[in-house]
Formats: sequence, structure tokens, C-alpha cells
Amino acid sequence: MNTRRDLIRVFRADHGRLLAALLAQFRDFDLAEDALQAAFAKATEVWPQQGQPERPAAWLMTVARRHALDRLRKTARQGSEVMRRTITMLTEAQDIPNKGAIPDERLRLIFTCCHPALAQEAQVALTLRTLGGLSTAEIARAFLSREPAIAKRLTRAKTKIRDAGIPYEVPEPAELPHRLPQVLAVIYLIYNESYSAFEGTTLTRADLAEEALHLARITFRLRPLPETQGLLALLLLHDARRPARGQHEMIPLEAQDRTLWDRDKINKGRTHLLHALAHKRPGAYQIQAAISAVHTDAADWDATDWKQIAGLYKTLSVIAPSDVVTLNHAVALCQAGDLTEAEALITTLAGSLVRYQPFYAARAELYRRQGQLAAACTDLDKAIELSRNTAETRWLQRRRDALGIENRDAPGQDAV
Amino acid sequence: MKYLALIYADEALGDPDDLMDQYEAYFQEITTAGVYVGGEALEPVSTATSIRMRNGERQVTDGPFAETKEQLGGYFVLECETLDDAIKWASKIPSAKYGTVEVRPLMVFDEE
Repeated sequence: MNTRRDLIRVFRADHGRLLAALLAQFRDFDLAEDALQAAFAKATEVWPQQGQPERPAAWLMTVARRHALDRLRKTARQGSEVMRRTITMLTEAQDIPNKGAIPDERLRLIFTCCHPALAQEAQVALTLRTLGGLSTAEIARAFLSREPAIAKRLTRAKTKIRDAGIPYEVPEPAELPHRLPQVLAVIYLIYNESYSAFEGTTLTRADLAEEALHLARITFRLRPLPETQGLLALLLLHDARRPARGQHEMIPLEAQDRTLWDRDKINKGRTHLLHALAHKRPGAYQIQAAISAVHTDAADWDATDWKQIAGLYKTLSVIAPSDVVTLNHAVALCQAGDLTEAEALITTLAGSLVRYQPFYAARAELYRRQGQLAAACTDLDKAIELSRNTAETRWLQRRRDALGIENRDAPGQDAV
Repeated sequence: MKYLALIYADEALGDPDDLMDQYEAYFQEITTAGVYVGGEALEPVSTATSIRMRNGERQVTDGPFAETKEQLGGYFVLECETLDDAIKWASKIPSAKYGTVEVRPLMVFDEE
């Protein structure tokens, strides 16, 4: 029998595809979402008793469509546009092949959600809600925001789509170069949400990651440009590490059991990366993918080709600069033994990454290599204090213990 | 759907010499495409007068409703199926090259 968790997993896996298909028919976000919710509710009621149907998605689609049509009929006025649309749809519904194959309208949905007429925060929230199936609460938690704010953001976005006439379409070929970068950015953001630690939720990170991967794949098929392929490569290489990241909390890269990495995804990712790089049009996603690929070459953290990674981060800091990129660059330099350069970069960050745990962990390593054990200790303590993840904390604690400094109150003591 | 395209530009920048020709060409394009519903150029913002009724009293002031970096210079009403079409046509408005065109759908009132 289905447990509630099983059901939720099925729902989340199908949510994006089903909603996209419903939208293609009904062109109304609220109507489509309500209908899907109703179908899920019905399934929760019926499946535990009658067993899960052979094709759960088709079952959900049928119930949702029926629900939406009922809603439309109730609100339609005689002879109005809405009534005419209903009748058309009722007729069309007959024509859908009995096989229950649900067309994949997800690309349409993501281009609509990522329309430039919507604010980017709205694009991300809407994509997560519709394609990822995240609840408003889950989105709020992912963005460290409040539920009412996210709810308002979603409502405003849907209203704008409806009132301003944002079409439910994949843009025409001439427009694609303008519209694609934003879609890639949103897919990337979604993948990162799956990657971060969700504490105590029923959300499976795997579903969201798979959703992002699927979107990256179909986007690539539609537009096989180097950066699209670069994004796909990046997500594959990143996701290959998921089995080693731990079930409930994220185990840092340094501590991961690399034998658990998915070699199949790594090979696929590397193939895509090589193809993309062959076009000699490097971009941020390709470079990040390359960095990831260098990691997959190494048996462990220390055996990594850090010089190569440092070089890649140097390029990335020109194309897509950010504090985190600078920090990662510094880490790579430090690991490669270029302490002076590493220190120069870290100094520039001292003011901005004040509450960012990896900053202190990185600086601690620099201090350690410079022989400043007390300072390293202080920074590791700070990192431990900021850590919100016990796997991470345990790793930091081990590093701190390795320094050999017992007493925090006596910073002048050397390792015995 | 009908969209209003409001054309804003910084009057201080002045107009290119062939602006009229550009607009004439644009007008031809949108009429041929069946997109043109209406449109006018406006006299400069120095000719504007603002009217407010407050507590039954009429307040008339010299100038636009607000001082803005770019000022309203004209408008078009365009008949387009989707916002994407409206964006496409609005982006061809000559002043868009140095000003801003705001696109907004006209409100539709259901006839009962």
C-alpha cells in the first residue's frame, strides 16, 4: 500500500509535466493548479484503498482535466467567450488518444515562467512552483523568505501573465537568443535549490535535481549552443556527486566518499563538456563544468589538480565575477601552494563574507599553511559556530583537532 | 488584445534629424501589418497642464503630473495577440533607441 511519502513522491515527480499539459489546454494558472491539487487530493483518498493505478500520471491528468472542465462550466456564462472555449475543449478532449500519453509541454511552461516581463525573483518562484511542484512554504524556506511574501509574488506573477497577455509559447527562433539565458539562469538556480540542505522536509532533493536536469536536457535539445550544453554538463557532473552527499545533510566535497560518485553521469557530463568546449566559445557554465570535471578526475581532495582549477577560477572571475568565485579561487590557489596570491584574494573578501562559513574555513587553511595555527584555530571555531549542518561541523571539528591546539583561551600555544 | 505604447524620451537630448521619416516608416509598417489602432505625437512637456479635483476644489498647475527624467512624447494603440507581439512592435518605435516605451494592455470591460 502507498504510504503518504510514496504518494508525495509520485505527485512531485509528475507535477511539472501535468501542470504544463493542463496549462496548454486551459491557459489559466489558477484553474490548472486547482485542478491538479484536486486530482492529488482525490488520489490521496482513493489510491491507498484501490491501489496505485498502472499509469498514475494519466489517472491524475484525467481527473484534473475533468475537474477543470467542471469549474469552467460552472463559471461560464451562456454565449460568452468562456463558454465557447469550454465547448471546444470538451470536444477536443475526445480526440486525445486513449494511450494516456501526456505531451511534454514543460518547455513552453519554463519560457512563460521566465518571461522578461516578470521580475527575476518572480520567475524563479513561479518556475519552482509550477515545474518543481514546491509548495509556497518550501520556496519561502529555500529563499530564506516569508511565506506571505512568496505567495504575493506568485499571485502577482500569474496576474501579470494573464492581464498583460504573456503567451504560453516557446518563443519564435529569432527571439530565442534573447530569451534563453534567463531560462538557463533559472534552471541553474533550481538545481542549486535541490543541492542545498533542506532540513526536515518531505521534499526529495533528487526530484528537484532531476527536474532541473530534465529541463537542461530538453533546453539543450532545442538549442544546442555551447552554454546550454555547458549547463547540462555542469548539472550532470554536479549531480554525479549526489550519492556521496549524504541523505539528510550535505557532506562537504573534501569529506565525500568518491567511490559513491555516479560514474555514468560523470562520463556523460564530460562528453557534453568536451563537445561544448570544442566550439571555442567559453562561458560561465562551461567553465564551472570544467572545474567540476577536474574534481571528478581526482581520487581525493588532496590529489586534485588545483593549479588547473585555480586557472579556471581565474577565467571565471573575469566572465562571471562574484565573492564566492573569488573565495573558491583563493581556496584553489591555497591548495596549489600559491599562498601569497591566495592571501591577496582573501584579504579583499574580509569585509563582505562576514557570515559565510566557507570563508573562515578557507582562511583557516591559509593560516594553517602559513604556520599561524592560533589564527587558524580561531577561524575554524568561527566556521563551526556558523555551520548549520552537523556533517559539515564534524568535518570542521576534525580539522580543528588536527591543529593540535586544545585550549581556546591560550592562543599563544603551539602544537605539542 | 489592445496595448497602449507610451513613448518616453528625455526632451533635453533633442530629436534626430530624420525622426519624422523614421516615424513615417514605422507608421507604414504597423498599418500594413494591421497592428495600428491609433496614435498621436504630443507637444512638448512645456505645454502640459495638470488638473486635480480635491475636496470639490479644482487645482490647475503648470507642467506634467510629475517631473521625470524622461517625458511622455506620444503614444500608439496597437492590436496584438500577445505581449510578445506588442513587445516586438513597440521595440521598433523610433524613440525606443534612446528613450523608453512602456507597454500596457487596455482594460477590457465585459459587455453584459
